[in-house]
Amino acid sequence: MTLSDDDFSLFGLAQRHALDRAELDACWRALQSKVHPDRFASEGAAAQRLAMQWAVRVNQAYQRLKDPLKRGAYLCELRGAAIEAENNTAMPTAFLMQQMAWREALDDAADADAVQQLDDQVEAEERGLLSQLGRTLDELGDAPAAAQQVRALMFVARFRDDIHRRLEALDA
Amino acid sequence: MALLQISEPGQAPDPHQRRIAVGIDLGTTHSLVAAVRHGVAECLPDEQGRVILPSVVRYLEGDRRQIGFEARDAQAEDPENTLASVKRFMGRRLADIAGHARLPYRFVDQPGMVAVATRQGDKSPVEVSAEILATLRFRAEDSFDDEVFGAVITVPAYFDDAQRQATKDAAQLAGLNVLRLINEPTAAAVAYGLDNSSEGLYAVYDLGGGTFDISLLRLQRGVFEVVATGGDAALGGDDFDQALADWALAQAHRHADTAHDKRAMLVAARAAKEALTEADASTLTAELSGQPLAVPVSRLQFDAITRPLIERTLAAVRKVLRDARLKRHEVAGVVMVGGATRMPAVRSAVGELFGKPPLTNLNPDEVVAVGAAIQANALAGNSGDGELLLLDVIPLSLGLETMGGLVERVIERNTTIPVAKAQDFTTFKDGQTALAIHVVQGERELVADNRSLARFELRGIPPMVAGAARIRVSFQVDADGLLSVSAKELGSGVEASVVVKPSYGLADDQIANMLKDGFASAESDMVARSLREARVEAERMSLATRAALAADGELLDEAERSLIEALLLELAGIAAGDDHAAIDSAVERLADGTEGFAAARMNRGIQAALTGRKLNDI
Repeated sequence: MTLSDDDFSLFGLAQRHALDRAELDACWRALQSKVHPDRFASEGAAAQRLAMQWAVRVNQAYQRLKDPLKRGAYLCELRGAAIEAENNTAMPTAFLMQQMAWREALDDAADADAVQQLDDQVEAEERGLLSQLGRTLDELGDAPAAAQQVRALMFVARFRDDIHRRLEALDA
Repeated sequence: MALLQISEPGQAPDPHQRRIAVGIDLGTTHSLVAAVRHGVAECLPDEQGRVILPSVVRYLEGDRRQIGFEARDAQAEDPENTLASVKRFMGRRLADIAGHARLPYRFVDQPGMVAVATRQGDKSPVEVSAEILATLRFRAEDSFDDEVFGAVITVPAYFDDAQRQATKDAAQLAGLNVLRLINEPTAAAVAYGLDNSSEGLYAVYDLGGGTFDISLLRLQRGVFEVVATGGDAALGGDDFDQALADWALAQAHRHADTAHDKRAMLVAARAAKEALTEADASTLTAELSGQPLAVPVSRLQFDAITRPLIERTLAAVRKVLRDARLKRHEVAGVVMVGGATRMPAVRSAVGELFGKPPLTNLNPDEVVAVGAAIQANALAGNSGDGELLLLDVIPLSLGLETMGGLVERVIERNTTIPVAKAQDFTTFKDGQTALAIHVVQGERELVADNRSLARFELRGIPPMVAGAARIRVSFQVDADGLLSVSAKELGSGVEASVVVKPSYGLADDQIANMLKDGFASAESDMVARSLREARVEAERMSLATRAALAADGELLDEAERSLIEALLLELAGIAAGDDHAAIDSAVERLADGTEGFAAARMNRGIQAALTGRKLNDI
């Protein structure tokens, strides 16, 4: 086991998009219990440095694995399909139309309930896209197609951030 | 050489080697120190049997000071020189402090942290906090008749980097070895979790004197994982006092303009508020500029006056649930912390929001210090079980200023620490040889709306066309939640870095000077103390290394093992002498010499974690 092993190997998981969240969480806690700097509080500076590196590495992998979108993007990269979202903004027309409709709905939403309803709708759509992404990666093994789906999901995630900012503003 | 006693892994060494580790709750209105004694964590009382130390310092004529109850009782009499609630000023500039005009202090607005002018000169909140911490340290040392080895100090989860750094500086100034800064709600959860052996998702609602925190924690088999945290660093019980005082003045058509009158109103409001916890009605009484004031107030009136403050806490609770993508009903229990949660209106509002009565069975004033003491004891290596692990998060996102005054977030809030993350940037002008890096903390999109943490420059970038340089900026947040940032141009390898000290915090040499002429020990004591500390450290490292050899010795080949044995022998010889610097460097050599061994052991630990999990699954 080294710091440069991939996230899946580090957590002892198969390189798949589908994973059991409870298993991931349990594994994360078990790993942190072994490597956290507090476990080496009495073992001097060298052990502290090492523990810090490992704890950081374990947390980095956990952050990536627990988020289905980041996990998908990471799998694409591992399989040689770079995401490069900033150079790759072309999206199907239907998808862009839907984005615009959502943006308008957010602008028009009069109160927190309306915004919440929109969020529920977008969340359902996001779930659907994520399970498609899982199939593309795990069943079809088509990394370039998956990378395109990841880019679309990044749009959706950004829109949901906007929705949440709006909800916060309405709640303040 | 005496034979070293080798303890079983995880077991404490023999009792005389037990190290005194304390937990300190450095609060806005009062502070406490706790320690594990005879296996039980408890708050340590002063000579009069009181565990609470009011966080108030009065600067008297000469070099004298009053700290605690005496100072608190003198607040109305000598308001300008009696500093209370300085926690609200830690790491803050004057403009950051809401309602500072109503406070009776002569603030000194410095580019760095605000200070207060007293008859003993300008006092930084860090110095005032250090006085309080030193008082608690002496209390602990008197209780145990021994030196304090180290302390875990609690901070509000919502404290930003500047406020954390200021707290750590204060502890250093008070001569305390900081084992860890931990978040107050996490400490409270430790105290509750171990007491009630609970599992599941818990919310900690912590309304202190000056700060409000709401944290969600998942408790599972001794691991306390902070899922999300939020709150308001400028909202607390003091605001309830202020609201009541303002209301009473308006009722009576009176004013409080002098420092004395302002303080008298706050003291009177606080007394009335506390009376209303038990009684349905009370009277706020004070003397303003020699004229008596008496304003009757019912609990219903008080609840109406303070409702907007409670609403602000509830909005923060809803926000943290949204952040964590969790629903109210998933929360198994709500822990109440902080004296202000004694207010009936607060308890009922929280109970209503979560649909279950909050847990209040531990003393809300003591629970944070008690939890900190449990963690301090574990970090000092005294506790045998090794089950307790705190996994905390950063409360606010960290980022960089980019073009147009916008923030590029590098680490999102609620990310588990320790964490490191890098992001690549480039130059925007042809031939650009330097890049200014501005580190900010906060959630807003515009730099100006966030807290500025540090600025530094990466110089010596070879001239290239715009966009050709690749500059990697790396953020690292350690287990105390403190940040360091470095930048490197990947082509040429030029580097620059900064440990993010608040740009206005205390410089290290400033602290050293204050330590020298402050209340720390005299020179000869310092030498004796350094020697004792070096020997303890040598003993500790030797014990840890021998325990590691006993547990995992077969990971080493003959040559590696004899090298470590030689370093141990060398250290034992030097530790018998009186040269603390020589002991320190022998300890350092042993630490370096065992680094490879430590790496191999860590690897074995990870393998064990993985196989252990798989066995559990079967």
